[in-house]
Amino acid sequence: MSDHILHAEHVDHAEHDHDDHEHPKESFISKYIFSMDHKMISRQFLITGIIMGTIGMAMSLIFRLQLAFPNMRFSFLEGILGHWAKDGKLDPNFYLALITIHGTIMVFFVLTAGLSGTFSNLLIPLQIGARDMASPFLNMLSYWFFFMSSCVLLFSLFVKDGPASAGWTVYPPLSALPSAIPGSGMGMTLWLVSMILFIGSALLGGINYIATVLNMRTKGMKMTRLPLTIWAFLMTAVLGLLSFPVLLGGSLLLVFDRSFGTSFYLSEIVAEFAGGIERTGGSPILFQHLFWFLGHPEVYIILLPALGITSEVIATNSRKPIFGYRAMIASILAIAILSFIVWGHHMFITGMNPFLGSVFMLGTLIIAVPSAVKTFNYLATMWQGNLKLTPAMMFAIGLVSFFISGGLTGIYLGNAALDINLHDTYFVVAHFHLVMGSAAIFGMMSGIYHWYPKLFGRMMNETAGQIHFWLTFIAAYCVFFPMHFMGLAGVPRRYYANTAYDQFNVFVDMNQFITIAALIGGAAQIIFLVNFFYSMHKGKRSVQNPWKSNTLEWTAPVEHYHGNWLGEIPHVYRWPYDYSKPGAEHDFIPQNIPDEGQTDPMQEPHVAEVERRVKVDPVVA
Amino acid sequence: MDTITLSTEKKFTWGGGKSPFNVSYGKLMMWIFLLSDAFTFSSLLIAYGFIRTSFLSPIPNTTVKPFDHLSHTFVEDMVEKTKYFVQDHWPSPELVFNHFPFIHGIHLPLFFVSLMTFILIFSSVTMVLAVEAGHRMAKKEVSKYMLLTILGGAAFLGCQAWEWTTFIGEGARLFGNPYGPRSFAALFFIVTGFHGFHVFSGVVLNIITYVNVLKGTYEKRGHYEMVEKVGLYWHFVDLVWVFVFTFFYLL
Repeated sequence: MSDHILHAEHVDHAEHDHDDHEHPKESFISKYIFSMDHKMISRQFLITGIIMGTIGMAMSLIFRLQLAFPNMRFSFLEGILGHWAKDGKLDPNFYLALITIHGTIMVFFVLTAGLSGTFSNLLIPLQIGARDMASPFLNMLSYWFFFMSSCVLLFSLFVKDGPASAGWTVYPPLSALPSAIPGSGMGMTLWLVSMILFIGSALLGGINYIATVLNMRTKGMKMTRLPLTIWAFLMTAVLGLLSFPVLLGGSLLLVFDRSFGTSFYLSEIVAEFAGGIERTGGSPILFQHLFWFLGHPEVYIILLPALGITSEVIATNSRKPIFGYRAMIASILAIAILSFIVWGHHMFITGMNPFLGSVFMLGTLIIAVPSAVKTFNYLATMWQGNLKLTPAMMFAIGLVSFFISGGLTGIYLGNAALDINLHDTYFVVAHFHLVMGSAAIFGMMSGIYHWYPKLFGRMMNETAGQIHFWLTFIAAYCVFFPMHFMGLAGVPRRYYANTAYDQFNVFVDMNQFITIAALIGGAAQIIFLVNFFYSMHKGKRSVQNPWKSNTLEWTAPVEHYHGNWLGEIPHVYRWPYDYSKPGAEHDFIPQNIPDEGQTDPMQEPHVAEVERRVKVDPVVA
Repeated sequence: MDTITLSTEKKFTWGGGKSPFNVSYGKLMMWIFLLSDAFTFSSLLIAYGFIRTSFLSPIPNTTVKPFDHLSHTFVEDMVEKTKYFVQDHWPSPELVFNHFPFIHGIHLPLFFVSLMTFILIFSSVTMVLAVEAGHRMAKKEVSKYMLLTILGGAAFLGCQAWEWTTFIGEGARLFGNPYGPRSFAALFFIVTGFHGFHVFSGVVLNIITYVNVLKGTYEKRGHYEMVEKVGLYWHFVDLVWVFVFTFFYLL
C-alpha cells in the first residue's frame, strides 16, 4: 500500500485526472461545477469569497475617496458607476449603498462563507481522517445556496433605485418602509432574499460540519487529539446553527413589514408614509434584539476559524507544541457560550434598563478573559520557538497583533458608560475593523498561504507573500488606527461628508492620510491576487508535507482523490502538536506515527528548556 | 474493576472510528437541524412575547359562557357594548377562536383548536407505531400507520385552512384585526402560518416515505431508518405546536 502512495506522489497532476480505479471518470460538470468532493467545494467557496472580497474592497476604496476628498470630482467614477457619480461626484444615496453592501459582503460573504466555508470544507475531513463530509450532497447544496445568494446581492447593485442602503444592520424603520430612502426599495428586498438564501447555505454547511466532526473521526482521533482548527470550526458551526435561524425569523418579519403591510417593527407610522396602511403596535427595538442575537455570535463565527487557523500555523512554524492546548479548547468553548449572552452591548443606547445594561456589560467584559488566554498562549507558543517566518506565519502573527490592539478597544466599548459617548462614531469603526475585519482577514490569508499546497498542489511565491504581508499590515494600521482619534472627537460613522460640520474640518488631513493608506493596502491585494492565480498553474510543485506539519491532511497525497487517502485512512496515536520532542529523530512527529511507550507529551520539557537546564547545571541535566 | 471498564468504554465512545452517539450521520443531522429550527420558532415566539407584553392583558370575560348563543354581529357587539376588543388590550383568544364548523351561533371557546391539537398529537402516535413496525420490518403495518399519519397531517392542515378562512372572513388581515390590536392578527398568521408550512413539508416528506415504503425501497435496504428520520421531524412539528398552542391560545 505504501508503494502505491509513493507512486501516486510522482504522478503528474495534468496527466493524472482522477483515474482512481474505484471511481469512474468524472465529467467536467460533476468535477468542477456540481462537485460533491469537499476539496473542490472548498476551492469554490474560496474563489467566490475572493471575488466577493475584491468587490467589497473596491467599494470601500470608492467611499474612502469621497470621505477624503469631499469636494473633488473624479471623472473616472462616472465611467464605473454611471449616474451614481454624475460628473465624478458620488451620489449621497449611493454612498450609503456602498457602505451597506461593503459591510454585508465583508461580514457575510467573505468572512463567514469565504473563511469558514473554505477551511471547514477543506480541513474537517482531511484533519479528522474522513473520506468526505457526512453528506456530500448537502455540502454541494450549501455552496450553491451561497452562490445564488451572492448573485442576488450583486444583481441588487443594478436595480434602478440602487442596492440596500440602510447599513449592514438594516435597522427598521429605515429598511422597513420602501419610501424612507431610495435604497429601501427593490434593493432592500433583494438584500433580504439574498440573506435568506445565505442563511440556508450557512445552515446546510453547519449541520454537515457538526455531524462530520462528531461522527466521522478516524480511529484514535479523540476529541482531545483534534487540531485546534477543528475545534474552532466545530464551535463556529454550532454558533451559526443556533444564531442564523434567529436572523431568519427576524428577516421574515421584516419581509412582511415591507411587503405585506404588517407592523412588527413599526409603531406610530402614518398611512401616507407606509404604503397607505397605518402602522402601529410594533417596535424597531425588537428587530435590534433579533438581529444582534445573530449579530454578536456572528462576530465569533468570523473570528473563531481565524483563531483556529492561527493556532495551527503558529505551532507548526514555531516548531513547538501549542501552549495550553486544553486551555485553548476551553477558551473557544467559553467564547462560544458567552457570545450568546452579550448581544445587548450593541444596544446600550436604545433606552435599555441600566441594570440590564450592566448585565450585558459584565458578560462582555468577561469575554476578555478567554480572549486573553488565547493571546497569551499564542505568545507563549512563539516564545523561544524556532520561528519559521513564512508568509502564513507572518499573517498569523499579524492576527495576534490586531487581536490585541482591536480587543483592547473592545473593553472600552463594552463599558456602557463609555459606549454612550462612543456609539456610532469612528471609534467603533476602528475597533471592529481591527479586531474582526483585519484580524479575521489576516487569519484567512494565513490559512490560504499555509494550505495553498493542499488546495492546489503548488506553492505560492514566498517573496510576493512577504511584500503582501508588510504592505497590508502597515496599511491596515494606518487606516484604522487614526480612526480612534476621530471617534473620540465624536465624528459619526456613515456620514457622507464630515466637512459639512465645522468642528470636524480638523480631520480633513487625517481622512486623506487614511484614504491614501487604504489605496496602498488595496494595491497590495493585487500582489496577492496575481500570486494566487499565477501559482495555481505556474507555482512550484509542492511536496506532500511542505511545512513539516503533524496533522493528517499532510499524510494524504498531493493529488486530489475522491476519498482523500488511497489506502486505508490513517489511524491516530498522538495529539497534533508533537513538535521538537526531545529524543525524537525529527522535530515533528505526525499524528499517525504510533506512540511507542513515550511519556505524556504535555509533561515533557521542551528542547529549549532542556538546553537551558544543561547550560545552568550540566550535572542535573 | 468497574471503573476501568467504564473509562475504557468512554474512551472508545469518543475515541474516533465510530459515532459517539451510535447513530447514523443522517439521524444526527436531523437532530442538529431540529435544534436549529427550534431557534427559528423561538425567535418568532419571542417576537410574539415582546409585542404582546407591550399591550395590556386581555380583559377577563364575564359576559359569555361556553355553549351560550351568539348573535350574528358578535364581534361588533363585543366591541361596542362590552368593550372587550379595544386597541390597547390584547384580545382574549377564547373570545376570538370560538367557532366550530357546521355549528353556528354558539360560543365554543377553543373547542376547534383543541380538536386540531388532538388530531396532530394523534398523528404523532401513529407515527410512533410506524417507526415501531419499521423495527420489526413489518412493511404492511408501516404503510398502514404512515398512511394514517399522512391523513392526520392533512386533516390538521384542513382545520387550519378553515380557521384561517373564518378569521379572514371576520375581517382579519395581516394589517388589520376586528378584535383590537393589528399585531394580534399579523402574529397569528405568521406564527401559525410558519408552523403550517412545517406541517405541510412534513406531510410531503411523509408521502415520499410512504411511496417508498410501498415500493419496498426500505425493505431492500434492510432497515426503515428513513421512517425514523421523518418521524423525528414529525414529532418536532408536533412539539412546536404544543408551544404555539400554549402561547397563542391558552395564555
